[in-house]
Amino acid sequence: MARRTPLNEAHRKLGARMVDFVGWDMPVQYTSVIGEHEAVRNAVGLFDVSHMGEIEFRGPGALETANRLISNDLARCADGQAVYAGLLNEQGTFVDDVVAYRFSPEHIFICVNSSNREKDFAWMQERAYGVKPVDRSDDFAQIAVQGPKAPGLVQRLTKAELSKLGTYRFTEGEVAGVRCIISRTGYTGEDGFELYCAPNDAEKLWNALLEEGQADGVKPCGLGARDSLRTEMKYALYGNDIDDAHTALEAGLGWIVKLDKPGGFIGKEALEKQKAAGVHRKLVGFEVTGSGIPRHGYAIMKGGHVVGEVTSGTMGPSVKKPIGIGYVPAEFSTEGFTFDVDIRGRPVPAKVVKTPFWKKP
Amino acid sequence: MSDTIPADLKYTSDHEWARQQGNLVVVGVTAHAQEALGDVVYVELPKVGSTITAGKQFGVIESTKAVSELFAPISGKVVKVNDALSDKPDTVNADPYGAGWIIEVEPSDPKQLDGLLSAQAYGELLKKS
Repeated sequence: MARRTPLNEAHRKLGARMVDFVGWDMPVQYTSVIGEHEAVRNAVGLFDVSHMGEIEFRGPGALETANRLISNDLARCADGQAVYAGLLNEQGTFVDDVVAYRFSPEHIFICVNSSNREKDFAWMQERAYGVKPVDRSDDFAQIAVQGPKAPGLVQRLTKAELSKLGTYRFTEGEVAGVRCIISRTGYTGEDGFELYCAPNDAEKLWNALLEEGQADGVKPCGLGARDSLRTEMKYALYGNDIDDAHTALEAGLGWIVKLDKPGGFIGKEALEKQKAAGVHRKLVGFEVTGSGIPRHGYAIMKGGHVVGEVTSGTMGPSVKKPIGIGYVPAEFSTEGFTFDVDIRGRPVPAKVVKTPFWKKP
Repeated sequence: MSDTIPADLKYTSDHEWARQQGNLVVVGVTAHAQEALGDVVYVELPKVGSTITAGKQFGVIESTKAVSELFAPISGKVVKVNDALSDKPDTVNADPYGAGWIIEVEPSDPKQLDGLLSAQAYGELLKKS
C-alpha cells in the first residue's frame, strides 16, 4: 500500500491523476503538465512535497555533527540560513542531496529525498559522532509555493516580512493561521517558498493558498511539472542525475563541496584526489538538434560508440526544445560539442549547451 | 468529453482508431489514449511508402513524461502521414479523431477492419480498465 501525504484527499477532490512515486501515492498532474509548468513560470503553482523527509540534530554540538555529514558548510551560514549540500559516501559519490537548515548551532534540520529517507537516516545514525539524528519526517507536511506571484500570495497570508527574507533564508511564522517554517527555497528556478507545517494543518494551508491565490492564477501542480521545471534548470534529481556511482565533482556540483572547511566531511579525501588527478567525466546539459526527445537511460554516442548516458530528458515546455542531461567524457563536455543520442535505435544529433537551459526573458 | 466514442470508427485494444475512407484507412489514437498520455509533445511517424503490419508497432507517441508505442490496426502501405504533428503534436490532445489523425494507410486486406472492436466493444473495454 502506497504511503499517503495529509493532502491525499485534497488531491483527489481536485481531480489529480495519482501515480505511485517511490512508494508514495502522489499527483503527477491535475489538468496538464504543460499548463502547470507555465503557471509556475508565469504566475504561481502549489506542490505537495510532504513526501520529503526531515532529519533533525538538536543539542550542543549539533552544528559540528551535522556539518561533518554534509559537503557544504553550515558553519559559514548565519542562523536562519539554509544550504544545498551533498551527503557523500567515502568515495565522494552521493548518498543523497539535501537542504540543510541552520536554526542555531544547536538546532540543524535537514530535508532529504523521500526515496532516501530511511537510507539517509541509517547512514547518519551510523556516522554521527556526537549528537544523534532524529527522524522527524512524520511531524511535517511540506507545500512548495513557486512562481513570480508566490511572494505576493504568501505575503498576504502572513505577518512575516518576506521582503527581508533572501534566497535560501528561512523564518518561522504563521501562514493563513498555520504555524510554519517559511523557507525561500524551491526546485523550479522561480522565486518562491517551501512551507513546512504540522500534517494536521496541511489541508488548511493548502486550501488557503488555493483560495487566496485565485486572483494570481494559482494552480495545483503535480510531479510532472516539477520534473520539467527542474530539468530546465539542470537541477539534479537523485537516482537520475546523481547517485552513488558518480561523484559530486563529476556532477558539476563542486560548488556545494567545501574541501577547505574545518573539520572536513565524509568523502573529502576522495574528492581531493579526484580534483588533483582531474575529473574524467562530467554531467552536461544538451539540446537535441535532430528530431526526438532524450530520455533517462538512452545512450550517448560518438562515432558510433557509446560514450555516455542520458540521465534526464524532456521536451522543455518553456525552452520549447528537447533537452537533456547526461554524463560524457570530460573532453566531450565543452559548450558546442556535438554527439548523438540513441533514441530507440536511431542516432539523433545533439549539442552541449550552457545551463540552465531556461533563463527569465 | 473523452467518453464520447465515435460510432463510425473501429478500435484496437491498444487505443488506436481506424476510419475507412474510400479505399483508404485513416488511423489515430482515441480520446481516452490522449487523455491518459497527457500533453503530447512528440509523434514519431513512419515514412510514406513504408509497410505496416496489423498488431505491430508503427510509430511512437510521447508525452512530457512517457513514451508509448503506436500499434497498427491494419496491415498495408502508408500513403500519407500527418506532418502537421511535427510542429503541433498537441493537436492529438485537442482533436484526436479529427486534425490529430496520424497516418493514412492503403490496406492490404480491408477485411482486417472487421476484426477490430466496434465503438460499443471499445466502450466496454474502457469500462473494464
